[in-house]
Amino acid sequence: MSKQIKHYLGDKDVQVILGTLLRVGVIVSTAVVLLGGIIFLSTHNNQKVSFSDFKPEESKFSSVAEILGGLKTLDGLAIIQFGVLLLIFTPIARVVFSIFSFLMEKDYMYVLIGIIVLCVIITSLYLDVAH
Amino acid sequence: MTVLLFTIIVLVGAFLAGLLGSLTGLGGGVIIIPLLTLGLGVDIHYAIGASIISVIATSSGSAAAYVKEGITNVRIGMFLEIATTLSAIVGVIIATYIKADYIIVIFGLILLFSAFMMLKKKIDHSNNEKTSVLANYFKLNGSYPTEDGMKQYAVHHVVGGFAMMFVAGTLSGLLGIGSGALKVIGMDNIMKIPFKVSTTTSNFMIGVTAAASALVYLHKGQIDPAIAMPVTLGVITGATLGAKILIRTKTDKLKVIFAIVVTFLALQMIYKGLTGSI
Repeated sequence: MSKQIKHYLGDKDVQVILGTLLRVGVIVSTAVVLLGGIIFLSTHNNQKVSFSDFKPEESKFSSVAEILGGLKTLDGLAIIQFGVLLLIFTPIARVVFSIFSFLMEKDYMYVLIGIIVLCVIITSLYLDVAH
Repeated sequence: MTVLLFTIIVLVGAFLAGLLGSLTGLGGGVIIIPLLTLGLGVDIHYAIGASIISVIATSSGSAAAYVKEGITNVRIGMFLEIATTLSAIVGVIIATYIKADYIIVIFGLILLFSAFMMLKKKIDHSNNEKTSVLANYFKLNGSYPTEDGMKQYAVHHVVGGFAMMFVAGTLSGLLGIGSGALKVIGMDNIMKIPFKVSTTTSNFMIGVTAAASALVYLHKGQIDPAIAMPVTLGVITGATLGAKILIRTKTDKLKVIFAIVVTFLALQMIYKGLTGSI
């Protein structure tokens, strides 16, 4: 029984770190999106917009490289998209973190399962589906 | 419409979507899509891209609150994520090849189903009969803290649950939603996981699954920053406020009213999809 409680407390520490990780991820990405939004609005507020037709060829920031490139010029839209990217990476960081905690527990079956999940996500990062 | 006006309308709408989504447990994604398509005439492709971002935002936001309670079963989540992430990518690929009108109809049907599931009384099927060979092998059985100490639970029908997650993941990728309603069926009804564990574990999976499909949608040019900005900011603020109100409010009546609104939106989506008038 005492072993069980100890195990639970160990898990609890991991959970607290995880909770912090998620909260920081959400707060930082929201702040970045907000910053980009302010820059974008201050320069484009009166511009006309319409999203009634899907035009993928016009999307400027649709890859990690393009987003990072746009950051250099402090483009509002690129900063927003960078915040979005941080938001996407928050749950992925959770998977990476879980793999490490399985490694510490020497649960190699779950280290493997975690790596499989991570590989699927990484594949999606490089998957180029035809427009 | 000017950029400023569009931003303000979406910001207010996304705030309400996040608020109602967290109060009713329906999530933000299923309301963002009708708001953008029916309300503002946004193309479904952009609406799906914005929605998947709002799903990640609500999932990570509420997960931060959940994990502190220490009841997420990370093993169940990670194990089932093999199914949900793979199938999410399958869903995004399917979306590339089928007509947008069909996606809208399927979305309407899932919306109807989610409204029904929201009202249906949930029954806890959990027990501690460790009969599943696979659950033992994959160490899925666990325990969670209750007022009377730690309570053990056993996981059942691993294959059935895994298959259900494949369906949930495909729809999540296809429609840009969290598929919470389907994940609940897989975990509560098929695998018989207790609520306290299934809610938080499914939330963990929703974020990871959505991240996989979001990356593909990004490459397809479906995530437009000018839409993603007000959606993210609105949904996060709404969902955070909702989580705070939820602790001290009864939401039964709200759920009924909301189910009626959602049903109406769903029927409109189905009609517009079938007549090709969206």
